Amino acid sequence: MGFWAINVDSMMISLLLGVLFLGLFRFCISKATSGKPGGLQNFIEIIVEMVQTNVKNTFFGKNDLIGPLALTIFCWIFLMNTMDLIPVDIIPLFAQWVAGDPHLYFKAVPTTDLNITAGFAIGVFFLIIYYSIKVKGLGAFLGEFAFHPFGKWALPLNLLLELPGFFAKFVSLALRLYGNFFAGEVIFLVIALLGYWQLPLHFGWSVFHILVVTLQAYLFMMLTIVYMNQAHQSSH
Amino acid sequence: MNLNATIIGQLIAFAVFVMFCMKYVWPPITAILEERQNKIADGLEAAERAQRDLNLAQNKAADELRAAKQQGAELIELANKRANQIIDEAKDKARLEGQRLIAAAQAEITMETQRAREALRAQVAAIAVAGAEKILESTIDQAANEELINKLAAEL
Repeated sequence: MGFWAINVDSMMISLLLGVLFLGLFRFCISKATSGKPGGLQNFIEIIVEMVQTNVKNTFFGKNDLIGPLALTIFCWIFLMNTMDLIPVDIIPLFAQWVAGDPHLYFKAVPTTDLNITAGFAIGVFFLIIYYSIKVKGLGAFLGEFAFHPFGKWALPLNLLLELPGFFAKFVSLALRLYGNFFAGEVIFLVIALLGYWQLPLHFGWSVFHILVVTLQAYLFMMLTIVYMNQAHQSSH
Repeated sequence: MNLNATIIGQLIAFAVFVMFCMKYVWPPITAILEERQNKIADGLEAAERAQRDLNLAQNKAADELRAAKQQGAELIELANKRANQIIDEAKDKARLEGQRLIAAAQAEITMETQRAREALRAQVAAIAVAGAEKILESTIDQAANEELINKLAAEL
């Protein structure tokens, strides 16, 4: 499979969950009031307020994109991660039944696919570069790599120090999420091979993963906000 | 696990979803939240204002009540004073009337006494004349006697 192949499984579930997230929110908005909120509206307002508070506390620039960006990242990644809690066999077996091929490989958790997490990370990375140039200007943005921290006479050393730090943002976003969920899924699969002992172990690992699912989605969102904040302020 | 075009697909989906969220999801929800915050703030302010108004009204009512009580007390005092005055006037009038009555009675008594004395004097004169007539048993000059008797009677 060359570069232009597409992982239909993760892409499909990713899109499905994205549409689910936006559809749920749109559905709720269509019935939302500023009066007494119902149950679903309450739930959605809690999420939005959580995102809003984090953005307000972490992001000090002025940009209307950050709120929706953070909300989309949090909810979408949270939903993808939650696929992790569905027993590992169900979705692949269903896909095999639909396709009529018992050897079909199907990945149910999109965040265990590096392509998906990298897609998020590249999106955020592009935004960091775009807003850095837009807010600080191209010269100042490149100057941050070239002339800090040791002044302009140590330019190569500065580049050596600053560029990895810059690209680490992308790598840390993509690989942290991917690593956590790929490893988590592998452990679910290993536990699934244990026969009857898998039941308590699955329970324990699932409970632990409820924490990880939320934490990783929250972390991705927070790091995005922090990086976007750095893009809006001169960091040196 | 190899990197492939899924990255691009995910990137595009990410961009589209964020844009959708920015246009159709984020603004209405934040607008609703802000509206509710304003509503709550307005409600609290209104409650505070109502409380203040209530306090003001209560103070005013207490003031009015106190003023009314004071006025009532003044009126009662005035009425008492007036009643005393009326009683005093009535007493004075009664006393005057009494004195007048007493004076009239005394005058009448004096008059009666006078009259009785006159009558008595006349009778005494008559008795004296009769007595003298009896004593003398003679014809005396009626005119001279009369004069004498009258003189006697005036001395009585």
